[in-house]
Amino acid sequence: MTLCIAMSTSVASSVSTGESLSEEEMAQILEQVEEKKKLIATMRNKPWPMAKKLRELREAQAFVEKYEGALGKGKGKHLYAYRMLMTKLRVLSVSFQKWIKFKRDFDNFKTQCIPWEMKIKDIESHFGSSVASYFIFLRWMYGVNLVLFALIFGLVIIPEVLMGMPYGSIPRKTVPRAEEEKAMDFAVLWDFEGYIKYSALFYGYYNNQRTIGWLRYRLPMAYFMVGVSVFGYSLMIVIRSMASNTQGSTGEGESDNFTFSFKMFTSWDYLIGNSETADNKYVSITTSFKESIVDEQESNKEENIHLTRFLRVLANFLILCCLCGSGYLIYFVVKRSQEFSKMQNVSWYERNEVEIVMSLLGMFCPPLFETIAALENYHPRTGLKWQLGRIFALFLGNLYTFLLALMDDVHLKLSNEEKIKNITHWTLFNYYNSSGGNESVPRPPPHPADVPRGSCWETAVGIEFMRLTVSDMLVTYLTILVGDFLRACFVRFMNHCWCWDLEAGFPSYAEFDISGNVLGLIFNQGMIWMGSFYAPGLVGINVLRLLTSMYFQCWAVMSSNVPHERVFKASRSNNFYMGLLLLVLFLSLLPVAYTVMSLPPSFDCGPFSGKNRMYDVLHETIENDFPKFLGKIFAFLANPGLIIPAILLMFLAIYYLNSVSKSLSRANAQLRKKIQALREVEKNHKSIKGRAIITNSEDTLKNSSKNATQLQLTKEEPTSYSPSQIQTMDKKVKGPGSSSTNGRASQPTSRHLVGSQPPRVRPDSGQPQSQTYICRSASGKSTKRPHN
Amino acid sequence: MGNKQTVFTHEQLEEYQVGVGVSPELAQLVWDAGSQESPQSLVCDIRLSVWVWSDWRGKRRDNPEASWFLSPQDCTFFTRKEIMRLFYRYQDLAPQLVPLDYTTCPEVKVPYELISSMPELKDNPFRQRIAQVFSQDGDGHMTLENFLDMFSVMSEMAPRDLKAYYAFKIYDFNNDDYICAWDLEQTVTRLTRGELSAEEVTLVCEKVLDEADSDHDGRLSLEDFQNMILRAPDFLSTFHIRI
Repeated sequence: MTLCIAMSTSVASSVSTGESLSEEEMAQILEQVEEKKKLIATMRNKPWPMAKKLRELREAQAFVEKYEGALGKGKGKHLYAYRMLMTKLRVLSVSFQKWIKFKRDFDNFKTQCIPWEMKIKDIESHFGSSVASYFIFLRWMYGVNLVLFALIFGLVIIPEVLMGMPYGSIPRKTVPRAEEEKAMDFAVLWDFEGYIKYSALFYGYYNNQRTIGWLRYRLPMAYFMVGVSVFGYSLMIVIRSMASNTQGSTGEGESDNFTFSFKMFTSWDYLIGNSETADNKYVSITTSFKESIVDEQESNKEENIHLTRFLRVLANFLILCCLCGSGYLIYFVVKRSQEFSKMQNVSWYERNEVEIVMSLLGMFCPPLFETIAALENYHPRTGLKWQLGRIFALFLGNLYTFLLALMDDVHLKLSNEEKIKNITHWTLFNYYNSSGGNESVPRPPPHPADVPRGSCWETAVGIEFMRLTVSDMLVTYLTILVGDFLRACFVRFMNHCWCWDLEAGFPSYAEFDISGNVLGLIFNQGMIWMGSFYAPGLVGINVLRLLTSMYFQCWAVMSSNVPHERVFKASRSNNFYMGLLLLVLFLSLLPVAYTVMSLPPSFDCGPFSGKNRMYDVLHETIENDFPKFLGKIFAFLANPGLIIPAILLMFLAIYYLNSVSKSLSRANAQLRKKIQALREVEKNHKSIKGRAIITNSEDTLKNSSKNATQLQLTKEEPTSYSPSQIQTMDKKVKGPGSSSTNGRASQPTSRHLVGSQPPRVRPDSGQPQSQTYICRSASGKSTKRPHN
Repeated sequence: MGNKQTVFTHEQLEEYQVGVGVSPELAQLVWDAGSQESPQSLVCDIRLSVWVWSDWRGKRRDNPEASWFLSPQDCTFFTRKEIMRLFYRYQDLAPQLVPLDYTTCPEVKVPYELISSMPELKDNPFRQRIAQVFSQDGDGHMTLENFLDMFSVMSEMAPRDLKAYYAFKIYDFNNDDYICAWDLEQTVTRLTRGELSAEEVTLVCEKVLDEADSDHDGRLSLEDFQNMILRAPDFLSTFHIRI
């Protein structure tokens, strides 16, 4: 810049003396004018204070104006046009700015539209991303359930309520005479009996009419298809979100290299202008630093590998023993309960033995697992995964007993069905035959409440799931209320009149139980998937449950929980939760598929009554409503000769895609490694270059300098690699009575170093003292260090 | 058309008078002030005073033609309107100190205490550093130009390099043109309000140096810092003050 100005002044003088301009000079001036113009245009990008910018600007403007005139382009005209152009550009840039603003507002709006985003962010800032991951999972689950609810509600319940036969028209839609008295009692309704049992919430209410209403809506078909698509949609969405999570987690490679730097220099949002937000931001930055520190410490941990391995094997062995023991216990208890159910007068304990054992196991095993897992000394994130997996295995036992009991019940009801069918038949037969002589006037059909009917096992199953969901919800809420909130109140308010410190000592505040809550959510969803076929209203209840649970748990966490001792970062993809969910989805698909495919539906309730199997509704529709050739095609497709090759082909495709993805990911990892290596090489190269320059400068200094102490200091400072040398240097610096002189002596050298190239100081060789010394002495204005 | 040193010609001045509607006396005053080449007139830009004055009198009409030769716009990322608004913000900070009329080129500085009480800055842990970096003498007391500079750099339109340069200065607590371990400690302590223990702070500082220090000299130079910040995904969105 100074060179340019000097040149310009020389040219200016030549012009002002009136010499004629040669071609070369003209070109030179033109170039300079262009340069100045560029300078004017980019003035705002210069990191100068305003006064300097104004001065430069004025100089440049004056220059341009003068020489454009001298170059014969009309005085100032060109400049004027140029500035007009700039003005227009500015108008453009203003509109661009407006566009940016609009985009920002739109983004803000979009963020505001994400439900509970602020709440979750709040929790994340206080409790870390691991706790927040549960709430994100809960929100995702709520979204999925909303879709399922819309599907079931829109395609099954609403058509039935609007167009189906009204309540009380046929036996399956009427409360039987025996139950009529108590049908509206709250105790009965609470058990989902009475009027609720005979409502559109349950399977039994639906009629087997092929089409209903003036729309000729094929309800049984719709019921079946919705049941299938509930599973189809859930499978698809779980797998899709798993895939997108994996994609997202592999996408950000760059930020791994600068985790701490980015946190340090870009985490504070300068836009924050509200002290409450600022407080939250401080907390969240602290939390995120702590998370990264935990990660860092874990990766650096050096320990006795053999001991850790031994402890891990031991812990796994112990937990396996626990699981086997509890599995056997469950098996034993279930066996016993089957015997008890055959006996007549059993005590209360014997009747409820299974439930009691199960809840005791559920209460004591997870803390036991956690205690044993402390032996393993895993990173808390890995520890959480193990804990989740183990409790999942334990809960599978729960599921198993529940399903077993349910199946027994179903089989019992099915075996009674034939008998009841006959009874119904005979009753109706007798009713019509007892009318006697006047055959001309047919008797009115019996009141629907009086017709004897079967037990309708499907509705019974639906009710069972409904009850389980509701009781589960209540138990969860009660646990939160008592275990977290009351405990927190007790600890908080009784602390000052208690013998020991309650907050720091025994009860203290509760931590948020991530594994328990996540598993609760997953198993609850499994119940919903299993039950929704037999109780279409179940999803509605679940939506309500998730909604209340979101608010309630958010409140409970913020009011009465404390962050974990070691706040750890959740894994970037929630794929472990998703994997468990997928497993549960698969497990819950099995019993439903079994009942649909191999159990006969009840003869007098539900949309499939009168059919041999539930899926017969498909055949029926294809045969009656589709053209003949389509039916033929379907029959052809259902041929095992075609299905088996198709499955084989699918397997082959899976294998192929899997191997492709594996090789791609391997290539990816290799590339990343290469980048890392390149970076390392670059670093080393730089440092070597720096060292070379330092040695050069050192030599020149050595030659020129007369001052012996200064020479010694320069020699030692850049080559301060060995600890002994540092010690000597430190001694020199801290030498008695000469600290001030030393400081003065060292200053020129260090300045020189700063001027040429920074010396290499290995960060890991335990010399932070010398490092800071260099740094501080290097600062010319170190006396003016700000204190806060 | 006699004086080439001034940036506007007579025609332009007339246009300006028509567009803005100031009195001829004032225009003459502006003309005279513009022709002086005193250092004061460089520091306090006389043309700003005209808008302030005219705007204050309520006579200003929006005329983009008249606005182009106003220098602060070339030095900042603001339009005339925004500069006016910033001036009023500045004036509001200390109404008894800052005159509305800038024609006399007052040497006014608003003290740091008032600057840091602005809602845009009062919750910022680095407000002291920001004020120091942008103030003329590094003491945090700001003139109008410093003030405009500060918000220009912090505005949305400022390019990444400019922002990175000033961010580096802000995080360089001891002004030695390097971010050393001590600076990093200061930064962490401010970011977390001292919630981290001493070992944690040391660990964090070590890690930052390890990550970003490409020449292993135990401190971050401007080059290191720019290299690192170039890859930061949200630097531009966070290093930004809306006003």
